[in-house]
Amino acid sequence: MAPQQQFHVLAVDDSIIDRKLIERLLKTSSYQVTVVDSGSKALEFLGLNEDEQMDQDVSSVLPSDHEQDLEVNLIITDYWMPGMTGYELLRKIKQSKSLKDIPVVIMSSENVPSRINRCLKEGAEEFFLKPVQMSDVNKLKPHLLRGRAMEDEPIINKIEATLEVI
Amino acid sequence: MERNQTRRQIAGMRQSLFDQGLVDEQFVQLEELQDDANPNFVEEVATLYYRDSSRLIQNLDQALEKSPLDFNKLDNYMHQLKGSSSSIGAKKVKAECTHFKEYCRTANREGCMRSFQQLKKEYALLKKKLEAYFQMARQAGPSNAACRPK
Repeated sequence: MAPQQQFHVLAVDDSIIDRKLIERLLKTSSYQVTVVDSGSKALEFLGLNEDEQMDQDVSSVLPSDHEQDLEVNLIITDYWMPGMTGYELLRKIKQSKSLKDIPVVIMSSENVPSRINRCLKEGAEEFFLKPVQMSDVNKLKPHLLRGRAMEDEPIINKIEATLEVI
Repeated sequence: MERNQTRRQIAGMRQSLFDQGLVDEQFVQLEELQDDANPNFVEEVATLYYRDSSRLIQNLDQALEKSPLDFNKLDNYMHQLKGSSSSIGAKKVKAECTHFKEYCRTANREGCMRSFQQLKKEYALLKKKLEAYFQMARQAGPSNAACRPK
């Protein structure tokens, strides 16, 4: 199944080294990549202002002047960041009508089971332990494909499409 | 042939990074991300690492001069340093970061001081070796860019 266009991944990490690494990993997988260094910048890019939180009636993300020309198909974020943590970013995304269906993946340097569970419960698709490797990035494909299948199929066929992909 | 000699030298330098425990498997992961389109990826990451680390080390130096010590702050800086050291595969530096964090956890000032001195030594050694390795690889030309022997 050939994708109509490249998948676009938004990566969020306050570490300059980790940003470089994740960008390279994602580009190697032929994804289009946008990298930002904070949760608030991520929300800005996604077109969601800090004030505009849950249940705002925006059926699609309204493009601000220059951002959001491209749809974001997946968000991968570091857990531990100053300001807004990856968990907080995850929550805001899941609480947003316009963004809640975008798959979110969390990365962390620490293997804390309670943290992992909390993120998965909040709706994160995966939790990667840092340093993130190619084998981790390979796990993103199913989530991206599922997202696309759900976009393209009419509602009646949504469930069918999801089952097919698994 | 001189070229082969240079290649052997580069390979030797690379091997000693592993043999001396300076770098681990993550370094190999970085090498594998290098290709013709991104021939200097590992060196680029290393350059970012030096810059980021020297900033953090400076912050740690300053923070360690304070009295009393703010162990939370120290732990925070060290967490960042440990993270980036881990991402580049800096094995010994990362291990020393872990020791330091443990001393922070137990609010052990002496331990922190000692550990930090050791960390700075490890970091300086790693930087020196990596710089020499990349320089050698660069001098040998693009076809000899520092990468995993195929």
